[in-house]
Amino acid sequence: MKEIKVVLVGTPNVGKSSIYNAFTHNHEHTGNWAGKTVGISRGECEYLDTCYTFYDLPGTYSLISKSKEEVVATDFIVFQDFDVAVVVCDATSLNKGIHLAVQTKEICPNVVVCINLIDEAEKRGITINKKLLEERLGSRVVLVSAKKKLGLTDLLFAINESKSQDYLKLDYGVLNDSIDDISKNLDTNQYNKRWIALKILENNQSYINQFKNLGIVKKDFVKKQDLDVHLEVCIHISKKVKEILRDVVNIPRVDEKTRKIDKILTSKIWGIPIMLLFLFVIFYLTIVGANYPSSLLFSFFSSLEAPIMNFLEFLSLPNFLVDLLVHGVYKTLYWVVSVMMPPMLIFFPIFTFLEDLGVLPRIAFNMDRAFSKCRACGKQALTMCMGIGCNAVGVTGARIIDSKRERFIAILTNVFMPCNGKFPSLIAIITIFFVGLDQVYGAFFCALILTGFLFLGILLTFLVSLILSKTILKGEPSSFTLELPPYRMPNIWASIWYSIKNRAIFVLGRAVKVAIPAGVLIWVIANVSIHGVPVLTYLVNTLNPIGIFLGLDGVILLALILGFPANEIVVPILLMCYLNTSTLIDMDNLSMLKDILVENGWTIKTALCFLILFLYRFPCSTTLLTIHKETGSKFYTFLSVLIPLLVGVSLCIIINFVFL
Amino acid sequence: MSLDQIKLNEEVVITELLSHPMRRRLLDLGFIPGEEVKCVLISPFHDPKAYLINGGMIALRNTDARGVMVKYERD
Repeated sequence: MKEIKVVLVGTPNVGKSSIYNAFTHNHEHTGNWAGKTVGISRGECEYLDTCYTFYDLPGTYSLISKSKEEVVATDFIVFQDFDVAVVVCDATSLNKGIHLAVQTKEICPNVVVCINLIDEAEKRGITINKKLLEERLGSRVVLVSAKKKLGLTDLLFAINESKSQDYLKLDYGVLNDSIDDISKNLDTNQYNKRWIALKILENNQSYINQFKNLGIVKKDFVKKQDLDVHLEVCIHISKKVKEILRDVVNIPRVDEKTRKIDKILTSKIWGIPIMLLFLFVIFYLTIVGANYPSSLLFSFFSSLEAPIMNFLEFLSLPNFLVDLLVHGVYKTLYWVVSVMMPPMLIFFPIFTFLEDLGVLPRIAFNMDRAFSKCRACGKQALTMCMGIGCNAVGVTGARIIDSKRERFIAILTNVFMPCNGKFPSLIAIITIFFVGLDQVYGAFFCALILTGFLFLGILLTFLVSLILSKTILKGEPSSFTLELPPYRMPNIWASIWYSIKNRAIFVLGRAVKVAIPAGVLIWVIANVSIHGVPVLTYLVNTLNPIGIFLGLDGVILLALILGFPANEIVVPILLMCYLNTSTLIDMDNLSMLKDILVENGWTIKTALCFLILFLYRFPCSTTLLTIHKETGSKFYTFLSVLIPLLVGVSLCIIINFVFL
Repeated sequence: MSLDQIKLNEEVVITELLSHPMRRRLLDLGFIPGEEVKCVLISPFHDPKAYLINGGMIALRNTDARGVMVKYERD
């Protein structure tokens, strides 16, 4: 059988790992941020009597810098034994990929160019002339979409048929003479003499020594001090890339319409108010739209409760187990689902729509100044927006921030954005205690107050970011470069489908996972007694003094703690305790909810303290797991609990004593 | 003159990139001597600003733009 060794080269975030996984079925996690692949993975696949061995190199922007990933990748290409190098490019920013392809062709004689994300480019109206590009590059070019599994067999054919050629000879202008001079003194057929000469001119000691050891570089060359070799190299590579890409790519220019919209969205007076208006409208739609489907789902699931119970009894399971499964697990599960799903199904599509439209980068652009004052990155504004949908999504989204320091700030402060799971309870409490029931414009005022709380969250985010970057995460803000793509009308159905599939269902799946153990725990606490006193009562009594100090009571505190797996179940647990039942309590009717809370001593102060601690206590278990995964550090995971808790508790104490 | 000093809608040519931690990143983004740049947007707080280069719009903070030396149109 024919064997071909293939090495995958590519800039970060172009889907190199997706292609690698598609071929090798080796499920390396594909991440959407720079530098996911750190080591070199190896995998094999067989197709039509040929065995392909793939090596996945770390993502690199170029092969001429000195960062760790670039050195690993360059060393591999120069010194390792393989047959074909596949340069994976992003069709939506081909410039970067061709930069890398040109540099690869300087050190590798057999190169295939794979242009990934071709579906994404088509969506944006970008066209690529493949024939012309092949002619200019002198390499095979394959258009693929790893996500949609398009063009992957073409890529294998291209790899199979690709032949070795001469190294690409770049015109380096003023450096040409020196390169020729040095090349003459080099003794090799295996490596590109001109490239080695360039490394000598750059005075790259690591390569000079390696080639000395190989007996290729035999003497020391005089350094040219007066010339910035690196700049010359960059300029000439760019020039070459420009030549190659002339008339090859057609990118829709930043059009007049985009300019006009941008003038308004980023204007001095209207920029910030318009952004807040966007948020307000999203909240309003979520509040108004989620109500009815939520109660519909709820009554549907609860109507199934009796049949399920009958069925389990029919299986002659012990009584306590039936009760645990139905009133513990099933009830908590459908509670979380019916409360969480409708707002998510409204919020995420709207958010994805704005994202596809191109509004989100403008928000980062408008807000960056404030973040740079806090020594953070403007892209944090985007992770905050995602956090409103779900903090776990916001934490994962922080991968778009390049600097580790700024990324950690974004992760640690994400919980200050109230997530969707908190909305229903927030809305109920705000309506009861701050807006009043039966108001004509109830939903409007409620959305207004909710935006106010969000504003408080934004202020706290800035404050905590500033404190963090002055203490634990010290350092200068690295930089902020952001592409502002032209606006384009997204395919609405595609946006909806994408957000439901990739965001809503994803979040829901995780919520379901934590709701099951939480259901068991709540059932046990409510139903198990020690010496005739329920565990619940013990816990409430123990927590009561602390609760009162914070302007709350023991029950509220217990509910807030037990709500760790999912914020949706805090209020149901509260009611379960107040009404002394052994299962979560449904309270569709706000006036009944109000009566119960007031009977148990709730005042406006209690409501305010509850809202504060509900908003700022600790991330839910799903988010916490995500934080641990993203930071890879127990210390920062601990901090992500400590910081909001500290803020929430101090605010409660302040409110409690000011109201006295 | 450096890039952060140009006014809205002014078009200039890059002459030089000063040594700066961001220099390499700027080169990668296409801020290369000889290229034409235009300032197209200024954010509400005057920093960052967005520049049109190579047909794309890129936002830069003023501190980073300070490392890009420019001159008015080719003589």
